[in-house]
Amino acid sequence: MPDVSLSDAGIDLLYLGAAVLFILAIRGMANPRTAVRSNQLGAAGMLIAIVVTLTDKRIVSYEVIIAGLVVGGLIGAVMAYRVAVSSIPQVVAVFNGFGGGASALAVGAALEEALKGTHFEEVDLQFTVAAAASALIGGVSLTGSAIAFGKLQGLIGERPLLFPGRHIVNATLAAICLALSAWLIADPSSSLPFWLLVGTASALGLMLVLPIGGADMPVVISLLNAYSGIAAAGHGWVLNNSVLIIAGSLVGAAGFILTAIMSRAMNRSLLNIMFAGVGAVTASEEESDEVYAGRVKAASPDEVAMLMDGARRVVVAPGYGMAVAQAQHAVHDMMSVLESKGVEVEFAVHPVAGRMPGHMNVLLAEANIPYDKLKEMDEANPTFRETDVVLVIGANDVVNPMARESDPSVPIAGMPILDVDQAQVVVIIKRSLAAGFAGIPNPLFAADNALMLFGDAKQMVAELTAALKEM
Amino acid sequence: MEVFVAALTIFVLALFVGFELISKVPPLLHTPLMSGANAISGITLVGTLVTSGAQLTMFTTILGFIAVTMATANVVGGFLVTHRMLEMFHRKSDVA
Repeated sequence: MPDVSLSDAGIDLLYLGAAVLFILAIRGMANPRTAVRSNQLGAAGMLIAIVVTLTDKRIVSYEVIIAGLVVGGLIGAVMAYRVAVSSIPQVVAVFNGFGGGASALAVGAALEEALKGTHFEEVDLQFTVAAAASALIGGVSLTGSAIAFGKLQGLIGERPLLFPGRHIVNATLAAICLALSAWLIADPSSSLPFWLLVGTASALGLMLVLPIGGADMPVVISLLNAYSGIAAAGHGWVLNNSVLIIAGSLVGAAGFILTAIMSRAMNRSLLNIMFAGVGAVTASEEESDEVYAGRVKAASPDEVAMLMDGARRVVVAPGYGMAVAQAQHAVHDMMSVLESKGVEVEFAVHPVAGRMPGHMNVLLAEANIPYDKLKEMDEANPTFRETDVVLVIGANDVVNPMARESDPSVPIAGMPILDVDQAQVVVIIKRSLAAGFAGIPNPLFAADNALMLFGDAKQMVAELTAALKEM
Repeated sequence: MEVFVAALTIFVLALFVGFELISKVPPLLHTPLMSGANAISGITLVGTLVTSGAQLTMFTTILGFIAVTMATANVVGGFLVTHRMLEMFHRKSDVA
C-alpha cells in the first residue's frame, strides 16, 4: 500500500481525530439516550486509527496482520453475541486480559525488533522504562483476568483461596519484578529481562487475584480494566504514539474511578480488598443460631402475594442471587401484574450488588424494565419508609443491618446498605439462611417486619406472579 | 527528553479529561462504561500492527500475530458487547 502513504503530520492529525472521538465516546456515556451513539463514535475512532496505521511505511507484509484481524475479529464477535447477559462480567474480564496481554507481547516484539533492526525507535530510557511498565502491568492483567474469569464462570471456587505465607510470596515476586525492571533499564542490549519480567508478572497476577473472593470482583474487574489502559499507554510511550497514550490514560482513569467508587460502596480500602482475603470464613452455627433462633418467619408465595396486592408501593432490591437464578424476566412479569393493579413498583440497586459495577442494571434492562425505575442507593434509601413491601431477591450483605455497627470485627462494618428494614414489610427470597459472602449472619431475616420466602428466586417470583394474577 | 516531556504532558492531560468525564457517568451505565472503555484500551492494536507487519524475524512475527489477534478480539468484542448492552436500556415511555 505504498501509494497511499500519508505524511507524518497527516497521520498525527488523523490520530488526533481518533482521540477526539474516544473522548466524545466516553462523554456520551453520561446519559443512556446518547450512549449507543457514543459507543459507535468510539468504534469509528478506532477504525480511523487502524486504517491510518495500516499505511505505515514500516509495514512490509499484510498476511500476518490480516490473519490476526480476521481470527481476532471472529473471536470477539462470537463472544460478544453468543454470551448470555448474565455472563457479561466474565466476558469483560477476558477482553481485559486480552488487551493487557496484547500490550505486553507487542512491546516485547517491538523490543526484539529494535534490538535487531535499524529502522525502529531507539532503545532509550523512555523506551525501557515504558517497556518494563507494560510487561509488568500487562502480565498482571493477563493472568489476573484469567483467574477473575475462572471465578466468575465457576471454574474455580468463588471463596478466597488463602494459603500461609502468601504475603511473603507476593512480596518476593514483586521484588523480583522490580529487580528485573532495573536490569532491563540498566542494560537494554538483551530482551531476556523483559521476558522474565512478563513471566514473573504473570505469576504475580495469579497470586494477587486467587485470594480475592467473588463478591469483591466488581473491584478487581475495575482495577484490571485500569491496568489494561495503563498498559496501552505504556505501549504508546514505547512507540511514541500519542493516540495510544491518550486512549490508554482515558481507560486507566475510568478503571481507577470505578475502583474507587466500588471500594467506597463497601467502605473498605483497596488494600483491604486486595490482601485481607475477606469472605474466607463463614459464621459458625452457634453464631447464626443466636441471631435466628425462633425469630425467623417463613411465608408462602400466596401470603406474600396478598400483601403485595394490597400495597401502594413495592420496591425490589436485587442481588447476585437474581443473576444466578436468571430471575430478571420473571421479575419483569411480576412488575407488569403489579402495575396493572395500580401498585407503584421501583428497583433499589446497590452499587456493589452483583459481580461487576452496574451488573443489576444491565440484567434488569435486559428484561425490558425501564431504566427510570432503577434507583441508586442514595435515591432509594429515603423512600423505604413510605414503602409497603420490599422484595429482596438474592441479596444478603448489601441489606445486612450489621453494617451499621462500628465494631471492626464485623467485616462489613460501615458499608453503606439499602435501608430495606425501614419498610412496612420486607420479604426476602433466598434458598436458605446461609450466610452471604461476608460470612456473617443477617439480623434482617429475624426482624419483626421480615418474612422469608425460601426457594429458587426465579421459581418463587413466578409463583408470586401466578398468585397475584388470581387475585 | 523533549519527546518525553511532550508525551508526559499528553498523558497527564488525558488522565484529567478522563477523570472529569467519567465522574459524570451514572451507576446505571457503569457496566457499559467499563466494557466501552475496555474496547478503547484495545487501541494497543495500533501498536501491534506496525510491529507485526515489519516481519524482521520469525519470533516477532509470531508474537505480532498473537498480539494482533488478542487486541482485535478486545476491540471488536468490546464495542459489540457494549452496543448489545446499551440497546437494552429503555425509558418507560419508550417501552410503551
